[in-house]
Amino acid sequence: MHNLLRLKNLTVEFFQNKQVIPAVKEANLEIKENEIVGLVGESGSGKTITTLAITRILPSAARITSGEVIFEGIDLLKIQEEQLREVRGKKIAYIFQEPTMFLNPIKTCGFQVAEAIITHQNTDKSRTFLRFRRTSSQGKVRDKFNARKKAIELLKQVRLSSPEEIFFDYPHQLSGGMNQRVMIAQALASNPKLLIADEPTTNLDVDTEKEILDLLLDLHERIGFSCLFITHNLGLIKRLCSRVYVMYRGSIVEEGNLNKIFTTPQHEHTKALVEAFLKIGQ
Amino acid sequence: MKISLIIGIIIIAALSLLAILAPVISRYEPAAIDQNNLLVPPSAKHLMGTDSLGRDLFSRIVFGARISLSIGIIAVGIATLIGIILGSIAGFYGGWVDSLIMRFVDLMLCFPTFFLILAVVAILEPSIFNIMIIIGLTSWMGTARLIRAEILSLKEREFIQAARAIGASNFRIILRHLIPNAIAPVLVSAILGIAGAVLVESALSFLGLGVQPPVPSWGNILIEAKSTLGIAWWLTLYPGIFILVTILGFNLIGEGLRQRI
Repeated sequence: MHNLLRLKNLTVEFFQNKQVIPAVKEANLEIKENEIVGLVGESGSGKTITTLAITRILPSAARITSGEVIFEGIDLLKIQEEQLREVRGKKIAYIFQEPTMFLNPIKTCGFQVAEAIITHQNTDKSRTFLRFRRTSSQGKVRDKFNARKKAIELLKQVRLSSPEEIFFDYPHQLSGGMNQRVMIAQALASNPKLLIADEPTTNLDVDTEKEILDLLLDLHERIGFSCLFITHNLGLIKRLCSRVYVMYRGSIVEEGNLNKIFTTPQHEHTKALVEAFLKIGQ
Repeated sequence: MKISLIIGIIIIAALSLLAILAPVISRYEPAAIDQNNLLVPPSAKHLMGTDSLGRDLFSRIVFGARISLSIGIIAVGIATLIGIILGSIAGFYGGWVDSLIMRFVDLMLCFPTFFLILAVVAILEPSIFNIMIIIGLTSWMGTARLIRAEILSLKEREFIQAARAIGASNFRIILRHLIPNAIAPVLVSAILGIAGAVLVESALSFLGLGVQPPVPSWGNILIEAKSTLGIAWWLTLYPGIFILVTILGFNLIGEGLRQRI
């Protein structure tokens, strides 16, 4: 299996008040096709920033100062914003930590799933028929109708009961777990190659967490995508991943198979993490 | 719902109805001169009396409502549109774009607006169309500042990051995610702005630089009444009351909405 994504010496720094604060230091990371890779680390260790850097959706204070992000053989740091937009959502999709915060409060859930579909329909057209960018109004209506049908289909796929009703619900009307499913539906809208899950269950209770994990595993099996799963919970890593990266203070300090990490951790931080996890397990 | 909001809505709805139904409810042509009935006081035949040319005041006021209200609404529509466009661009892109637009806003705010309008109307000819545009072009700055401030804080919110993550373009993010979330205070300021625009139009017409006779507007009914102020009180009272009530209505709605958001 060849690499789907490869980070080479990725360095991200924050520029604030003329100070330079490194957030990610020369990170190296590889994800193969159809593989679920874990990324563990404590809060503030740079996990999230690393993943945001992949499609360059960093907060405005952060800059990528060096390194490469090779995705399907192309360096994402070198291509134009316009081309990058076709990677975002279409090839690399995200699910975030706090589903309710990451959904627009004044748009229906259905709109937000359909938006992910429509966004990429439009970019397809603008690329192939640059001159006929304005689609006819009839075509637009048809696009919208199809997007709606597909959105409801997606909502069904993430096992939401009565997706037709949830299509018209606003995020505040749904629970955290349901919102997370909506976000997963949004992420799967255009069959991404890579799904980046940034602590998708941290704010959910244990039962919901289990349901969401089951759902992710099931979708992974059926649809087939690579997944970068970020968490600080080694228990989840153990359930999902085949390989793990450990991050500590902005650097990736250890990498290895699940077994290796749990049985023979090398770095001090990893040892501490595994020890703490085993203690809770007892 | 606040009682003031309800009162405001009733007032404005009634006035709008009056303006829309003007040809139905007025018994006289607003410009029809009647030599035999000059300066007739309010009576059953002439609800609000007639002016020095024998024209029915009630008809002139309801037809004037059409002109005054539509100038107010369209002028504010133009101002709000400009304000939203410039404000959201400034707030979203930041940096030098922001500085450029906001310094332009400061510059516009430096002009005494009313005198700027006077000067422009004096150069162009004072027509309804020109007045709408000019009032609109000189009153968008508050909206721009409002929407910029809203967008500055909204654009750092998580759901905007999520929208970027699904590949939405900047244009789409501004139009579909940022502006709808920032629109509430803008609507309030727009409704309050209509009151201001109606007042500016009345003042302009009163100075003879607004709507030109014989087309009636509340402002130019007032100026024609000025010469007969001593003998025909109704000619100044009624248009004055209409202006007052309109402004009150819009302000009540605006304030009521402001307290709700």
